[in-house]
Parts: sequence; structure tokens; C-alpha cells
Amino acid sequence: MITHALLRGLDGKAWLVVSILVAVAIFVPASNLLLSPGHPLYVPNYLVALMGKYLCYAMLALALDLVWGYCGILSLGHGAFFALGGYAMGMYLMRQIGNRGVYGNAELPDFMVFLNWTELPWYWWGFDMFWFAMLMVMVVPGLLAFVFGWFAFRSRVTGVYLSIITQAMTYALLLAFFRNDMGFGGNNGLTDFREILGFSIRAPETRASLFAATAIMLAIAFVVCSAIVNSKLGKLMIAVRDAESRTRFLGYRPEYVKLFAFVVSAVIAGIAGALYVPQVGIINPGEFAPANSIEVVVWTALGGRGTLIGPIIGAILVNVTKSYFTIAYPDLWLFALGALFVFVTIFLPKGILGIATGLMARVDRRRLPPEPTADAAKPTPAE
Amino acid sequence: MNVQASPDRAEDRPLLYLNGVSVSFDGFRAINNLSLYLERGEMRAIIGPNGAGKTTMMDIITGKTRPDSGEVFFDGTIDLTQHDEPAIATFGIGRKFQKPTVFESHTVEDNLLMALQGGRGVLGQLFYRLSRDDAAKISEILETTRLSARRNDLAANLSHGQKQWLEIGMLLAQNPKLLLVDEPVAGMTDAETEETARLLKEIAQDHSVIVVEHDMHFVRELGVKVSCLHEGSVLSEGSLDHVSKDPRVIEVYLGR
Ligand SMILES: Nc1ncnc2c1ncn2[C@@H]1O[C@H](COP(=O)(O)OP(=O)(O)OP(=O)(O)O)[C@@H](O)[C@H]1O
Ligand SMILES: [Mg+2]
Repeated sequence: MITHALLRGLDGKAWLVVSILVAVAIFVPASNLLLSPGHPLYVPNYLVALMGKYLCYAMLALALDLVWGYCGILSLGHGAFFALGGYAMGMYLMRQIGNRGVYGNAELPDFMVFLNWTELPWYWWGFDMFWFAMLMVMVVPGLLAFVFGWFAFRSRVTGVYLSIITQAMTYALLLAFFRNDMGFGGNNGLTDFREILGFSIRAPETRASLFAATAIMLAIAFVVCSAIVNSKLGKLMIAVRDAESRTRFLGYRPEYVKLFAFVVSAVIAGIAGALYVPQVGIINPGEFAPANSIEVVVWTALGGRGTLIGPIIGAILVNVTKSYFTIAYPDLWLFALGALFVFVTIFLPKGILGIATGLMARVDRRRLPPEPTADAAKPTPAE
Repeated sequence: MNVQASPDRAEDRPLLYLNGVSVSFDGFRAINNLSLYLERGEMRAIIGPNGAGKTTMMDIITGKTRPDSGEVFFDGTIDLTQHDEPAIATFGIGRKFQKPTVFESHTVEDNLLMALQGGRGVLGQLFYRLSRDDAAKISEILETTRLSARRNDLAANLSHGQKQWLEIGMLLAQNPKLLLVDEPVAGMTDAETEETARLLKEIAQDHSVIVVEHDMHFVRELGVKVSCLHEGSVLSEGSLDHVSKDPRVIEVYLGR
């Protein structure tokens, strides 16, 4: 049953994405490790890390597309799930430091020793085990999404109000993680990692493997999302997006449809965050910043929501531009991003992928159909 | 020993039973002490002026609006005031909206697939595979509603009349015990109206139906018992001839 559902995810579009990602997962590490720095196809170390980061962002945008593009839930708090996955990975990496920290305490991370704590808080238990940490990478964001969605969707909070509370959620977490007594390193977050699974985190081989793992995880996440949107559930998600109340009169419960998508999406975002942290070497409360979540929305909108591929392209494109801007014109980046968002919203409601498909098939160039609401307007009846 | 059938058996009670139902919106009584019974297998036409409360009555039956007072029972024992829209739909009450409401970004075929009778759980939808029976059922409904040629078109691109038919098709796919059909022929040509009457009569052979309609020609075509609603309650009830001769009906509705 599950294999059949996953096979359905492997449509033409998915084959393309998977092939490209597998090729990238092989080529980039091979080039970095095997070629000499003078070779024209050599990928330098810094670029491996940078591209790995882009792929993590792409995965986050993909996750957002599942809820925003297909279910109509504009989450302005997806950065929170990403950050929670990142923290879970960060906690594992902290425990891997062992007694090689500044204070040489095998039981406690440095920041806890600094705070004069004598024992590991209960919520750090188990994070010295990789499998447990990886489980938490998925469980913690998934659980938060479940609890949040359970209350929000069942009380029929939708539209702008929902967006605002998702934003409030990530802001609340930002404030909480800033506090030293939370036990997550406060302002500084978690950093100075040394090893992952016993391999030095700075070794080129480790970095290349992390990159390959990210590309493969993105491919898997894509197939999973594709399987979902190609199923009847995917059609139901679109129906919920366009005419939520109508689905109720057919016997569906849209709140559970949204809950499912939200939880799956949060888990994917969490995995993206977990892959991000070892590659950038740090996780701090800044990742919960509301602006981060809004940026994800811009990537997704630019690429084209409701397409799965679009958000991946959008995330990579915007972040490549960002890398360029922040070196060339550091002060201008936020303005450029804002202008881009306004431009996309007004002129490219379907994003880059919308233009591409529009050019290929000139037939379907209309905007998204307006949202019909059951029984809203009454036409004057014929008598 | 009681050999007589108890008159209180569920299957002897009317399929739909509304008794003394009232609902107000901001002090305005849209439904006022409304009582209405629908027998099993019956088709009923509801007429009445704009704002009489016809659509609001359907809102109450389908769980969209909670009545302030009164009883609403379905199938003898199910108290509809205690359930929400999905539950009521699952009991077997289907609805076509006054303003045709279909899933515009889905194809005609997918609209029927969404409506098709069957499981409604999230995981069931995820692992759903189109069975031979379901595919046949969809083709049959496309035939009945004359939408076969538009099968793969987006519902958004249908004409107003075709959307009405698609929504009726969705009702057929749902296969409910009771169909609530709100103004099915609004915006249709005379020929389409006649077709719709024919289709509804066919449906009524094995379903119970309530049709709200302003088109008197259409109501006559149906040839069923008529209830005229006015200011939230039943003003007159009986054959169309009886109702349309009722001086009160002429005064508030037909005479205008
Ligand atoms: N949710 C609501 N909130 C406020 N007022 C409402 C609501 N629903 C209906 N009404 C009011 O209740 C009255 C009855 O409306 P309803 O739509 O049931 O009339 P109708 O008989 O269907 O009329 P029409 O023939 O125009 O469709 C109207 O005055 C309407 O404005
Ligand atoms: Mg009405």
C-alpha cells in the first residue's frame, strides 16, 4: 500500500528532480574530494558548504509549499520547525564534544558548566545517542505542529489570523530560546561542534558526505510530497484550499486534512534544519526570527507555489542572489528582498514556474481561480 | 402480546422531521416556529419569496446553522442539531448550493471523484486507488449529467448551467438518502430546465428530495407536493394547484 503510494510520487517531474539531485549528490563530493584545486570542475570546500545550505533552504521551502501551495495555510512560522530540528541536531553534536570542551566536563556542555549547573537537565537525556537525536529531529517539530494545528484548525482559525498566530509561535520560541535558563545555550546557541558519528565535522570528507546526505534527503522529501499531492488526499487538499466549507458538506473534515499536511511539513522542515546545523556549524535563537519565516514565503512565492519544484528553484535562486548581494551591497539586501516580494505578488502570482509552464502551454495562463465560498452571494432568482 | 406494529418504530417515522424550529440573526427571525415533515421516498418542492428562509432551513438541516429552538430529526432517531456538517453528510444528507459551488481548480471528473461515496478519513484518501466500480460510477454520472465531453476540463471553465449539473452529479456520486437541492435551474435555458426536471424525477425514484425553486413552470413539471414558506414558517402546503389558489400565497408571493 505504502509502496504503491510512493510509486505514485515518482511522476515525470519527480524523476527529473530526483535524477538531478542524485547527480549533484555524486558530482559535488566527487569533484571536491578527487579533483585537484586547479581543475576547472573542482568544487572548493566553501562552495560545498554553501550549496549544502541552499539545499536545506530548498527543503524548507518544499515543506512550506505542501501547506501553503496545496492547503492554503500561509504559515509565517515555518522557520520554527526548521530551528527545532536544528536544535535537536545541535544537542547531539554538543554531547559529541564530550570532555574536549573548555571545561573538560564529559557530562555537561560548556555553557551549563558556566551557569554552574551540576547535572544534565532531563530534556537533554538521550541526545548523546544519534538515533534518539534523529528521532527527536522529527518528533519535536511534528509534535509542535500537531498540538498547534489541533487547536488552530479545529477552532477553524484560517487566513490572516492563522498566519499571525504562526508568526507569534515562532516569536514566542525566539524569546524562550534566548533565555539562558532554558538550557539551550541562550543567546549564543549551540556551537563549537567537533564530531558527528565519530567523524571530524571539519574534515572535507564529512562535509562532502553531509552535502550528499542533504541532496538525497531533499530527493526523498520531494518524492514523499509528490506522492501526497498526486493522491486523492492531494486533490482533497486543493479542494480544502479553494472551498473549505464545501468539503464539509461532502463529509470530509478539512481540519484533519490540514493537520496531516501541517505535521508532515513540519517534520520535513525539522529534517532540513538538522542537516543545516552541522554544515553551518552553529544553531542559535536567531533562526526563530520571524523575518526568517517570512523569507521562506518569498522563496516559495517567487518559485511558484503549489508546484513543489518552484519553491526549490525559488529558494536556491534567492539565496544565491543573497550571497552575492550581502558581499557586494550588504546594505541593500533587505530592500532588494522586499522589492522582489512586491514584484512577485503583483506581477507573478504563479511565480517563476508559472511563467515557464505558461510559455510552454499558453492555454492555462489565467490566474488562480477566485476562492468560491459556499452560499456567499445570491443571484437574483428567476421567477 | 402486542402483535400490532408499534407506531414508534424508527422506520415508520418521517425521514426528516422539523418541529417548532426557530432561528434569529441579530434579532431578525429568519426561521419562525417552522414545522415540516418529509416521508421516506418523497420529493417535496419548496417555494416562497426571497428571504422566506428556504436556504436557512437547508443550513439548519445540514448543520451549518444551529437552531435557537425546535427539533430536527433525520431517519427517525438522529438529532441533527447535535451534529456538524461532515457528520450529517455522512448520515446521508447531500446538498446542492444555491450558488453553484464546485471545486474550480479540479477537473469535472475529479469533482465527482471527491464527492463519490466512500471512506472520508485522511489516510484512506492518501492510499485510495480508483477501483473499476468507482471509475464506472463516475462515467455513468458523467453520462447522466451530459458532461462526458467536458470530463477533463476544469470545473471553472463550465457554464453556469453546467456547474449546476455538475453539482447535481456530485450529489448523485455521494448517493445520499436525502438530497437538498437549492434553486437547481437558476440561470438555465428552458430546455435545460426541462432536462433538470426530468433528471430530478429520475433521482426521486430511489431517493428523498427537497427542491427549492422559484421557477413555477419547473415546479409544475415536478408534479409533487409543494410547501410555501413565508417569513420563516410554512404558509401553505399541498398540491401546486391547491397552494397557488391559496389567497395568502397569492398575496405574499405569486401575486407580486
Ligand atoms: N448567516 C446569516 N446571518 C444573517 N442573516 C442571515 C443569515 N442567513 C440568512 N440570513 C437572513 O435570513 C433571511 C432568510 O434568508 P434565506 O437565504 O434563507 O432566504 P431564501 O428563502 O433562501 O431566499 P432566496 O429566495 O432569496 O434564496 C434573509 O433575510 C437573510 O438575509
Ligand atoms: Mg435561498
